[in-house]
Amino acid sequence: METSHNHGHDVQKEVRAYLMVFGGLLFLTIVTVAVSYLHLEIHEAVAIALFVALVKASLVACFFMHLISERKLIYIVLGITIIFFLSVMTIPISEIRNSKIQGTVNVP
Amino acid sequence: MSSSTSHVVTHPIPYTVEIRPDTGLFNAKLGVWLFLASEVMLFGALFSSYILLRIGGGATWPHGSTILNVPIGAFNTVVLISSSVTMVMAWASLKMNNLGRYRLFMGLTILCALTFLCVKSFEYGQKFGVPHGTEQTTEHVTQTAEHAPPHQTALAVTVFSSIAQSLIQSFKTPGIGGKIFPSLLAIGIIFAFVKNWKKTLIAFVGGGIFLSILLTLFQLGMKSSHHYFPPSHNTFMGIYFTLTGLHGLHVIGGIIVNSYLWLPGIRMWQNDPERFTNRIEVAGLYWHFVDLVWIFLFPVLYLL
Repeated sequence: METSHNHGHDVQKEVRAYLMVFGGLLFLTIVTVAVSYLHLEIHEAVAIALFVALVKASLVACFFMHLISERKLIYIVLGITIIFFLSVMTIPISEIRNSKIQGTVNVP
Repeated sequence: MSSSTSHVVTHPIPYTVEIRPDTGLFNAKLGVWLFLASEVMLFGALFSSYILLRIGGGATWPHGSTILNVPIGAFNTVVLISSSVTMVMAWASLKMNNLGRYRLFMGLTILCALTFLCVKSFEYGQKFGVPHGTEQTTEHVTQTAEHAPPHQTALAVTVFSSIAQSLIQSFKTPGIGGKIFPSLLAIGIIFAFVKNWKKTLIAFVGGGIFLSILLTLFQLGMKSSHHYFPPSHNTFMGIYFTLTGLHGLHVIGGIIVNSYLWLPGIRMWQNDPERFTNRIEVAGLYWHFVDLVWIFLFPVLYLL
């Protein structure tokens, strides 16, 4: 990846990709805002909003942050981070299960 | 002993340009990715707290759009996405050996970041506004209407007076953000004069005028929604200020780094262009991460 970027032609190709990603991100921003005005059920709204945000985030990460063609070590670092991130995210989910058993959520 | 010490002092930092064989990367890139990994956990913990608080809040949890201004949030999203694109374009310009375009795109990135902060500071200012703020704002608006020049006078007078007014108003607005922006603008203009960069000056003044017009519009548009919602108002406002405040600090950090790379740091391009390009790539990775966090913050706080 490092050497290929030194050629102006390749960079110009990438610039075209960046502009397309920019268009995609703008479009998805409009989609998220438009969906929020539909006043959907909360579960549907959360699912759609998070899905669109995930797509936008992957576009940024893959193209702007060059994750689409990165070294293996970076993928390993990110893989470990994702495991820890997901485990942090499961803490509230376990709390939901507790609340269903006990009938309350232990939040001050 | 003394010769080995001097050797250490003069030895350059390794792997700033060349690839380290065992990692396959230049050192700064691995470093910034490790830093970003820690940042993911920092924001992850707060997002996790948000979910827990929201579940705990149950039906009493307010819909973001009833407290926050969705069009302004959406505008800020577009601004931050644009800044991400200009950042990656700045890097691509260096790859194509075009320093002029780099200056332009990096300048635009900083300008977008300032716009984001500026708009955010207005949102913040409103939430911290005094409970009787509505009366004050209405008074200000009627005052503006009285002093408005007649239709025949040049439009420029109206525009410039509103710019001046909005800048003065932003100083008066509670919260530090409104004061930071005009100060930064002034510093930028002074820098442009010192360095005699006509293009920089034009970009800054043009951007400043554009932003000030935006500010005026926001002030007029938001006068009806002036309200008092400090972090202590409820749990939603608490987590809102924690998340957006931390994100705002990251934006300020990005502005500092990018400004260094835009003005004094650019000297490196003459002696070591590859190392400078790598610096921009690494600063870009951080900046895209800041954008990425906002991509999640916006729907979570404003739309759900």
